[in-house]
Amino acid sequence: MATTNSRSLARLMLIPSVSLLLIWMLVPLCMTLYFSFLDYNLLSPGTEEFIGFLNYEFFLTDPAFFASFFNTLLLVGGVLIITLGGGIGLAILLDQAIWGRNYVRIMVLAPFFVMPTVSALVWKNMLMNPVNGLFAHFANWIGVAPVDFFAQIPLLSIIIIVSWQWLPFAALILLTAIQSLDREQLEAADLDGAGPISKFVYIVLPHLSRAITAVILIETIFLLSIFAEILVTTSGGPGYESTNITYLIYTQSLLQFDVGGGSAGGIVAVIIANIVAIFLMRLIGKNLEG
Amino acid sequence: MLNKLTIMACAALSMSATVIAETITIATVNNGDMITMKELSGDFEKKNPDIELKWVTLEENILRQRVTTDVATKGGQYDVMTIGTYEVPIWAKQGWLQELDNLGASYDMDDLLPAIKDGLSVNKNLFAAPFYGESSMVMYRTDLIKKAGLDMPKAPSWDFILKAAEAMTDKNAGIYGICLRGKAGWGENIALITAMSNSFGARWFDENWKPQFDTKEWHDTLQYYVNIMNKYGPPGSSANGFNENLALFQTGKCGMWIDATVAGAFVTNEKDSEVADKVGFALAPDNGLGKRGNWLWAWTLAIPSSSKKSDAAMKFISWATSKEYSALVASKKGWAKVPPGTRASLYNNSEYMKAAPFAQITLDSIQSADPVNPTVKPVPYVGVQFVAIPEFQGIGTAVGQQFAAALTGQMTVKQSLQSSQRLVERAMRKARYPK
Repeated sequence: MATTNSRSLARLMLIPSVSLLLIWMLVPLCMTLYFSFLDYNLLSPGTEEFIGFLNYEFFLTDPAFFASFFNTLLLVGGVLIITLGGGIGLAILLDQAIWGRNYVRIMVLAPFFVMPTVSALVWKNMLMNPVNGLFAHFANWIGVAPVDFFAQIPLLSIIIIVSWQWLPFAALILLTAIQSLDREQLEAADLDGAGPISKFVYIVLPHLSRAITAVILIETIFLLSIFAEILVTTSGGPGYESTNITYLIYTQSLLQFDVGGGSAGGIVAVIIANIVAIFLMRLIGKNLEG
Repeated sequence: MLNKLTIMACAALSMSATVIAETITIATVNNGDMITMKELSGDFEKKNPDIELKWVTLEENILRQRVTTDVATKGGQYDVMTIGTYEVPIWAKQGWLQELDNLGASYDMDDLLPAIKDGLSVNKNLFAAPFYGESSMVMYRTDLIKKAGLDMPKAPSWDFILKAAEAMTDKNAGIYGICLRGKAGWGENIALITAMSNSFGARWFDENWKPQFDTKEWHDTLQYYVNIMNKYGPPGSSANGFNENLALFQTGKCGMWIDATVAGAFVTNEKDSEVADKVGFALAPDNGLGKRGNWLWAWTLAIPSSSKKSDAAMKFISWATSKEYSALVASKKGWAKVPPGTRASLYNNSEYMKAAPFAQITLDSIQSADPVNPTVKPVPYVGVQFVAIPEFQGIGTAVGQQFAAALTGQMTVKQSLQSSQRLVERAMRKARYPK
């Protein structure tokens, strides 16, 4: 049992790590905030000066900002729909007693362990390439014109690549949830003459709701900052078709070396991410309570 | 016995003293010629046992980001940096580069091609040494153009290129009349289209730094580009840069390819190219306005002012860009592999001229490019296929994306130009031009 002394000792011992973590977070954040009010370009040293909200004004009125904002939402939404839909399907399939189930599970999980850059390169050069890619060969084989993925449907192509990576994660979480389902409930439903669809809708899906919430929350956090897949495949183009907020900030900071503009973009991104987080917690986070 | 031991110990000590070498870090781009330099650098280390080389080889865009942030923040990570003609004058003016004033007595500075040397000098002082230089030219398949019943002139017009592209295209056989850069980026599609626009009489800015994308000349340029690429270009061309087009040409999928003169060595190399014996060369096309659509570029070696090992770095640069290095490459890899476009003596060498059928066109193209007067009308900037201002990396790539959108049909040519005009105006306003 903790005594007053041991509790204060614990607090005392926690101080270094907590303050270190705080500094770790606060210093970059404060510096970003400070830079966002400066006219600060790495390529024009010595000209830094305070310019108020001008960086924010330029960032928020940039036509690329609106495009990237909607792309970010589409990207997150699209991947969530595919991974949740596919994840539930896969989880149900993997739950069946099939021969070599363990091997199948490992194979299904494999994409999650591939680095994003590597998977994007493989998809770009070996699968989606309109001349030498596997899909193009298949299209030629069945006699239709190959799709030029990154030119015709750039955002959808990225959604497909990212979904492929995140599907195993969703499937794994949902599979463990399904496995915790009480089998007697399903047997009882069977006795009552329930079909597979009613069993899924009335028993499995409600049982999965907490796992689904966890998948949505975790994936959203990561999907808001998708970057490698875009850099490797489309570089945000053509036009702004596949630029998301993260990529836009990258172009400001590392292609234009505009530290001020990039910092303003970073602060805007933090605000957007927080709004999304609050919205999500309000909407579905209550599933996690109790 | 003791004496012997003492002598041996002393000898060992003195040897270890001479072996303590200075390590210089070289950042370079993963192009074929640089990889050869890295391979052959044992020769330098043998000649300079007190200098050790550490290599950082990166892809072009990543290299540019790394070295720019390093030099701008005075990081001092690199002692020798590979940078292009775009960076040299801007960085030299910022005081980020050391002057190359001690390249050795045998270096022969006057042998450097004036067009290249001028681009790397500020107030007549050299701030980077050219490793290889390039312009752009037309590479074409001699068999296909003959089959099409045409004859490629030495100096073709854009009208002829369109006609030839149409005649050479055979999509069923997987042959596309023309391959051009479509990948967005200031060093990718913008390099090609800007050089091309010069021959159409267009320019990035007028004398007051007002962007000019709303002019007829730009409309004509982009319309021509989109039209020829959509009709006779390969599928997926909006993802094609130099390397992708090189692969397409080498595998016989392109009738013509307008790109860097350094590609001459790769397309005529029998080991890599299936069409090595069927390649012809011509000057970049023009429109009868007195300017050709060829660019001017050099990959150079420079020393950042933050380097504390500038003497060793200078020795290395002197070695890598000397005539002796050219001779070394020729002896190990053959004359055609010698880094081109930097020294006049190379083009006076009959062995090189015989081994490299593209050599004369390369020299003519480099000499005809004029970075100070790149286009028909006067401009406030220097640079043929780029605008030598710090902001260009950003706006060049952003405009490149707009052009890529026109190529893939997500925007019309007019929309893409309007959007480019708007974004460049915004960027220039933010950077407070005219300065």
